[in-house]
Amino acid sequence: MTNDAATARRTMSKLERHNTLIAYSFLAPNFIGFVVFTLIPVIFSFVLAFMDWGGGENVTFVGLDNFRYIFKDFSFTRSNLGIALKNTVFYTLMTVPLTLVSAMALALVLNKAVKGANFFRAVFFFPYVASLVAICVCWNFLLMKNGPINQMLNAIGFNMTKSWTSSRDLAIWAIIIVSVWRNAGYYMVMYLAGLQGVPAELYEAATMDGANGWQKFTKVTLPMLTPTTFFCSIMMIISCFKIYDVVAIMTQGGPGRSTKMLVTYIFELSFGGEGIATSAQYGVASAVSMVLLAIVLLVTFVQFRGEKKWVNYM
Amino acid sequence: MSANKKTVHMSAGQVVLSVLKYAVLIALAIVALIPFVWMISSSIKTSIEVFSVPMNWIPKEFHWENYSLIWERVPLATYFKNTAVLAIVVTFMQILTSSFAAYAFAKMQFKGRDMLFMCYIGTIAVPWQAYMVPQFIMMRSIGLYDTIWALVVLQSFTAFGVFLMRQFYLGIPNDLSEAARIDGLSEYGIWARIVLPLAKPAIATLCIFTFVNTWNDYMGPMIYLTTDTKKTIQVGLRRFIQAYSADYNLIMAASLCSLIPVSVVFLFLQRYFIEGIATTGMKG
Repeated sequence: MTNDAATARRTMSKLERHNTLIAYSFLAPNFIGFVVFTLIPVIFSFVLAFMDWGGGENVTFVGLDNFRYIFKDFSFTRSNLGIALKNTVFYTLMTVPLTLVSAMALALVLNKAVKGANFFRAVFFFPYVASLVAICVCWNFLLMKNGPINQMLNAIGFNMTKSWTSSRDLAIWAIIIVSVWRNAGYYMVMYLAGLQGVPAELYEAATMDGANGWQKFTKVTLPMLTPTTFFCSIMMIISCFKIYDVVAIMTQGGPGRSTKMLVTYIFELSFGGEGIATSAQYGVASAVSMVLLAIVLLVTFVQFRGEKKWVNYM
Repeated sequence: MSANKKTVHMSAGQVVLSVLKYAVLIALAIVALIPFVWMISSSIKTSIEVFSVPMNWIPKEFHWENYSLIWERVPLATYFKNTAVLAIVVTFMQILTSSFAAYAFAKMQFKGRDMLFMCYIGTIAVPWQAYMVPQFIMMRSIGLYDTIWALVVLQSFTAFGVFLMRQFYLGIPNDLSEAARIDGLSEYGIWARIVLPLAKPAIATLCIFTFVNTWNDYMGPMIYLTTDTKKTIQVGLRRFIQAYSADYNLIMAASLCSLIPVSVVFLFLQRYFIEGIATTGMKG
């Protein structure tokens, strides 16, 4: 009897081991590439933050010197890290809510039975698919000194005398506008999916209780969409903190340092900016990367901690 | 009958509402599309007319020859070819490795499965820029710098692809794979003959995601490719812009050309594509 059980257990564990091996064989092609080209660089980056390295033979351990360097004379108006941090946070705080609200609005309109919904969905989604360089050039032109947008604004009484991307105050808004315009369609689709998950009974019940359209929206739609909003805001905050390409193409971080972002700064430290050859400071660049990583992880962690307070799961 | 009556009764108010709805939709569609309309209009103007104030939406003369000029100014054809090769190879690799790995996560039981999956998801939150420098150094030391292979290995093994495929596989009933297991089909057989054919929409989705992202990738090629004949379309376009900054008409013609391949892929598979992100969105 005990013998039987032991044999059974042994065959069981043998089978399990066999299964695990097969499972690993499924994972291997992706996992090996993933470990070699992503995980190892991530670990390496962590180590590099404590080293001094210009890309040559000499690598020296410098402890916290890189961090001391980037935090030296820290200020949101003067030091590189402070300015990059301030710009990135400002950009994120503006872009995330604007995109979420436009995405939700688009989804709400399209969710009603509309003729040509497929067509409109494709149209709103199209900016996300189009190549970034082409789009940025186009927006650069639309926002030029005598461009169509300034012409319109001047016609209704504004006094626009500069192109947006060469104005210290407006350059970051140019980046925000392009980002919102580009991403609204993507998140709209997420919201459309979220809306499909709201049971019709809830609206029926609300109607029976005499709720008006606005009440239905605030008491049914909005709470039921919180899981979607949660997911979208996490994904978007992460991607906003990583903003680089739009800036690189439209403003190169300028004018002055008015659109310099964290990644712009990392990029300058490691590759000397676009076309400008300065000596690489990989250690310092890694230290800034660690700051970026710490912020992203912290924000994501805080969001997950707050999840239970405002997100409704059915 | 009563339902019919109701529709008729409500239609008066609904007419106003639906007119309003379409007005809003069309206005928003114009906002979404206006840059593209402007691009088309500028691409067939002269370089002087592009800057005319007030601007003409319809050019005085149509200069279609702009579209043939651009191919002579910079090696656009080479850039197109390079990008196409890169995008196709990466897309193929992504689908292969992701659909394979996702099977283990979605349809098999093994030790440490959930832990490993969490690790995968966690890395999505790590910004690429945080490890871009070490990755660059590593690529250079193994001799992949300035080759297309650097970009291939960078983009072929993403956690995102695995996540996306897994979400789809979870929706495929387990009864199907159980039945096949009882019939003696191996796990590989189940993957190839049952799960994969059912996951066609997922494959189409990942296909577009990867193709579009690779096609539009700017930073990767900019860092890794220095030889001009190896560059991709996004970097080439940027070079074109820097070299002919006054000729906005040519820049727009070149930009529009760069949109064509992704537009075709998107329009061809958009239904699948939209369903695809919708599903990940829901389950994330």
